[in-house]
Amino acid sequence: MKKNPLLGRDVISMRDFEAAEIRAILEQCGRFAKSREPLLQGKVLANLFFEPSTRTRLSFDAAMKRLGGATIGFADALSTSISKGESLWDTIRVAEGYCDIMVIRHPAEGSARLAAEATRVPVINGGDGSNQHPTQTLLDLYTLKQRTGRIEELKIAFVGDLKYGRTVHSLIRSLSWFKAELWLVSPPSLRLPEDFLEDLRESGTRHHIVEEIAAIPDAVDVLYLTRIQKERFADAIEYERVRNAYQVNPTNVARFGPKVTLMHPLPRVNEIHAALDSHPGAAWFDQAHNGVIVRQALLALCLGAA
Amino acid sequence: MKPANAKMQVSALRSGTVIDHLGPRTAFKALKILGVAADATVLIGVNLDSGKLGKKDILKIEGRELTDDEMNKVALLSPQATFSIIRDFAVVKKFRPTLPATVEGLIRCVNPACVTQDPRVTGRFLVVGKEPLKLRCYFCERSLRENEIEFL
Repeated sequence: MKKNPLLGRDVISMRDFEAAEIRAILEQCGRFAKSREPLLQGKVLANLFFEPSTRTRLSFDAAMKRLGGATIGFADALSTSISKGESLWDTIRVAEGYCDIMVIRHPAEGSARLAAEATRVPVINGGDGSNQHPTQTLLDLYTLKQRTGRIEELKIAFVGDLKYGRTVHSLIRSLSWFKAELWLVSPPSLRLPEDFLEDLRESGTRHHIVEEIAAIPDAVDVLYLTRIQKERFADAIEYERVRNAYQVNPTNVARFGPKVTLMHPLPRVNEIHAALDSHPGAAWFDQAHNGVIVRQALLALCLGAA
Repeated sequence: MKPANAKMQVSALRSGTVIDHLGPRTAFKALKILGVAADATVLIGVNLDSGKLGKKDILKIEGRELTDDEMNKVALLSPQATFSIIRDFAVVKKFRPTLPATVEGLIRCVNPACVTQDPRVTGRFLVVGKEPLKLRCYFCERSLRENEIEFL
């Protein structure tokens, strides 16, 4: 059996993993798509959600139960001692006694890292503010691998809000380790932040900053679409203009052919025309379903059961 | 031309630490970083002429020998600073600092959403670039450039 890249480790940030470790994790995911082995029978996962999240919480819950384990936790901080002023450190130290592994989602950036320092049990970051959401990145990479057969040397266009989306930030950074070529398609006001552009330049990742879907070459492997959030715009007319300019529909994706993979982290508003759900490349529901598989793999690997 | 009062500016120290080649107007920040007590005997030179730097600051701290760690902290503020440890008017050690790999406490994270904004959490930064200086918050991963560094 191959070496377990996660044994005795936490999953806090994609920065903590080398390319070879990411490949090893993705390789392990496949077996969980089919098997329902009760690898974690008798183990308890604590789902510590200090801010609301439906999909991440439910998919961790499903993942643990599919592995034969049990889950405890809370879905918002109001029902906990946090509302009485307890520190995050203390909450984690207490929860440590109740579980074998924990998932934390918290609005403060760096909270998962702090939690991992507070406890001996493995911690998985379920999203810390706009910083990291590594399980989302891994499920995106797994979906890319499933759809295109590889994660190396992909040509990917990211479309929409590249400024605020942590999903996009984390995926772009990870793809830069796998020799991707990127088209960054956004209005100037929603461009990828300079910090990330600097990382792309330092890693020698080829990237093209453009403003229109028309500027994406026909030969891209993947279009990764994002939601443009109304609250980011001071001007309602500007929002409408941008929203419509970055909508994909059967007409403007036709030139990419049937083999292009179309991804979106969901929830979506109107950036994808409804008719595209039947496009052979539409992968958004796969992404959501793969979330359970990838989280199963992470839970089992962290606990040394895979 | 050397100023006539150059001698006066570098009057001798019996025992303690001399910090030379501090960047101009960094002497007071350095005292703060080092936690030099308000009642300590300190000679401070600000905006002195320097062949190497144009202008520089100098600090002479009586009765305190800085540790290597403390001297490395000052390097975050002024990487070209040099240090001499003095005992009975004689230099017993000269030190050129190296930037530490991590910096604990000392610096405030500029990210208002960072978990270290809670005063119960001590900040920590990784030194990810030396020239120019670049730090990354160990917790929220926000990068800090030299001009963004704010000492506590």
